[in-house]
Amino acid sequence: MPVLSYIAIPKTGAKEELLKLFNSMQFCEAFPADNEDILILVTDTPDSEREDELQAGLKYLPGLDSLSLAFGCDDEQLQAEGDDYGVQ
Amino acid sequence: MGFNRRAFIKSAAATSAMASAASLFPGVSFAGWKKLEGATGMISWQKAPCRFCGTGCGVLVGVSGDRAVAVKGDPNCSVNKGLCCVKGYHSVQALYGRDRITKAKVRKKGKMVEVPISEALDLVAAKIKETVARHGKDSVAMYGSGQWTIPDGYVASKLFKGCLGTNNLEANARLCMASAVTGFMTTFGIDEPMGCYEDIEHADVFVTWGNNMAEMHPVLFSRMLAARKRKKDVVIIDFATRSTRSSQAADKSILFKPSTDLAVANAICYEIIRNGWVNESFVKKHTTFHKGKTDIGYGTEDHFAFKDKAEDMSFAEYKKFLGDYTPEKVEKISGVSARDIRYLASLYGDPTKKVTSFWCMGMNQHVRGTWINNLVYNIHLLTGKISTPGNSPFSLTGQPSACGTVREVGTLTHKLPHGVVMNEKDRQMAAKIWEVPLANIDPKPTYHTVEMFRALDRGDIRFMWIQVTNPMVTIPNLNRYRDGALKDDRFIVVSDVYPTPTTDVADVILPAALWIEQEGLFGNSERRTQHFDQIVPPPGEAMSDTWQIIEVARRLGFKKQFPWSEEEYIGKIWAEYRRFHDNPKHNMAPYKVLKERAGVQWPFVDGRETRWRFNPKYDPACKPGTGFDFYGKKDGKAWIWARPYEPAAESPDAEYNFWLNTGRVIEHWHTGSMTRRVPVLHQAMPESYVEINPEDAVDLGVVNGEKVKIISRRGAVTMKASINGRGVPPRGMVFVPFFDEAYLINEVTLDAFCPISKQPDYKKCAVRLEKA
Repeated sequence: MPVLSYIAIPKTGAKEELLKLFNSMQFCEAFPADNEDILILVTDTPDSEREDELQAGLKYLPGLDSLSLAFGCDDEQLQAEGDDYGVQ
Repeated sequence: MGFNRRAFIKSAAATSAMASAASLFPGVSFAGWKKLEGATGMISWQKAPCRFCGTGCGVLVGVSGDRAVAVKGDPNCSVNKGLCCVKGYHSVQALYGRDRITKAKVRKKGKMVEVPISEALDLVAAKIKETVARHGKDSVAMYGSGQWTIPDGYVASKLFKGCLGTNNLEANARLCMASAVTGFMTTFGIDEPMGCYEDIEHADVFVTWGNNMAEMHPVLFSRMLAARKRKKDVVIIDFATRSTRSSQAADKSILFKPSTDLAVANAICYEIIRNGWVNESFVKKHTTFHKGKTDIGYGTEDHFAFKDKAEDMSFAEYKKFLGDYTPEKVEKISGVSARDIRYLASLYGDPTKKVTSFWCMGMNQHVRGTWINNLVYNIHLLTGKISTPGNSPFSLTGQPSACGTVREVGTLTHKLPHGVVMNEKDRQMAAKIWEVPLANIDPKPTYHTVEMFRALDRGDIRFMWIQVTNPMVTIPNLNRYRDGALKDDRFIVVSDVYPTPTTDVADVILPAALWIEQEGLFGNSERRTQHFDQIVPPPGEAMSDTWQIIEVARRLGFKKQFPWSEEEYIGKIWAEYRRFHDNPKHNMAPYKVLKERAGVQWPFVDGRETRWRFNPKYDPACKPGTGFDFYGKKDGKAWIWARPYEPAAESPDAEYNFWLNTGRVIEHWHTGSMTRRVPVLHQAMPESYVEINPEDAVDLGVVNGEKVKIISRRGAVTMKASINGRGVPPRGMVFVPFFDEAYLINEVTLDAFCPISKQPDYKKCAVRLEKA
């Protein structure tokens, strides 16, 4: 299932709170920029049902101003096509 | 804990997001990123300089087991302060392409066959011996790179110049930096910039001369944008021949016709004098005026030779010379309005503003590359805006060690690690340190790069060893030189990490260690030497380029000159090399210091780095009480040169009515042999294209993505049109990036060069277009 990464812009003053929230959510890992009010969020879900649930939940987080998709990779599809990214 | 596939993809996802963020938020840093909790297992971080341009960003490479898995900017490196560009963030993935060369190959009965690397090295040594015996010492050559580590270049110089006794040693930095070197040498008598990147934080005005920094030096460009955001009244002027991402971000974009930057630079000086903006006390104390030969040719014929002759002139004579360059006259030549010329002059002339000029290939890949370097220095010298924080004429380098390896070690035909082969004292120093007879070092230079490939074609050179570069994509007028390399009695050895058009012409392929698979040192654009440890093992039988040369040297009988063990050879080589620069003008930091820090700037004297040269406040090599000391010249003064405007070697005419300009894109490093194997970068920029002005496209009847044939007197390439893409050329010009080996644009380009620097001009030749 897909691994996705996002650039998350918190509402003013909500960076720390949003970071904690992301990292408390299942299938989510986030880390902050040192010198700007932005966060990077990486998601890794096991199936499409939970991916849909997660995406629906991300839309309504308090403290989140905007979320922009930066990277998407459907690993199962890649493996089916034989792309191993050089990792065995 | 091992690093699994899923964790690798998550790491790639994180780095892609960081790279995207960097393009949206100039100056954003993620240096605090340590790991993705629960995803990556244990990751250790080790420092290295990035290897994908000349900026010299410090990176921290995340390692899990014996695999490099992630990259972040090094917050302790003053170059990038934790920033990275898209290539930097994805750089470790270049190590793991599926078709990595891991074993040596030798051509047997027309086919490349895998052999143990020791057998291949035996053959290389035997072929050198045989070729020298049959055709003389100058029939063997080595062609290296600004991506060579400093030890790579040093042992190459020692073997070829000191032991074999031939000056047939060149490097691809001839194609990117030679005009910068001759610019420095003719104006200041000593190479490399006087300033440093810290100038960015001090300057009020930036003028980029033919330099798309947004794509070519993105981290420095981010620092520039961040400085503008932080300070009031910072102005960025993009002075170029086509509109780019840099133009979009600049406060003002000024376009000029190819080659007429010479005329505009003179017009700026004319205006500076006319308006009384000359810093008279500086000019009187620290400069002298000179002129050289004119109508100097273009080097398109074999055996072309040129030697400049300097003559003194007075300030009054110089002022009279500039009379031909009034803004109104130059407007007609350059297409730059007289008003814009006056505006540029006012920025340089305003005594309250600190001005930094940046340039790279636009000024260096120029048939009058030395001259245009001289002319930009003239502007800074006339106004005294030099060698102080924020006042900096700054020649950027393209490659990670064009300065460290090619310019400082001297891997060019005329150079030695200190000085030049023509100078007896320099030869004596080299012979002493290398422990070779003085007579071994030939006082006569042989071939610069273009002439070296001509000599290979002619048969004057029969053996060539190519390391860390891909000339069968990059040499201009490529058809001739590929045919030359393929001739029956030529023997080509190529050390590389992936198959390329250059390995296609090889008789021996040696598998090379890449970047952090070996210990090494680079030297960046701002005189910063950067050490990196071996962080991960090389695959298969891959071996560092340095060690390959040592192995061959020993097989040739030079064990005394190459005595080091595999465990300590880099430190020993560095200690030996440092002896060449043991003086206050160029002292290099000790190995121990370099290992500890994310780079050290030379001159390194009494434990201190030098940020601004020629200024006694910062530079210990200056005579005290001199104000400024341009100690490269005997009288301590910098030279202001009267250099005229002369046209390009080949300009559009009735038959070939377009300019062709070539260059790079942000996603790919040079010929793409590494970055095209990084999935994210390849997918972002999968193939090359030709940028066409929208009105020219209408005339041709071509829409975006349709194929266009680009035809010159030398060759033709058919590729997709890009109209109103990231770059837009003016009417009558097309631009093609050279990263894609499927579209060899250098079959079309012209092998004309600057007669002083011998650097080819990849920015200007004539082509015609056909809808394909």
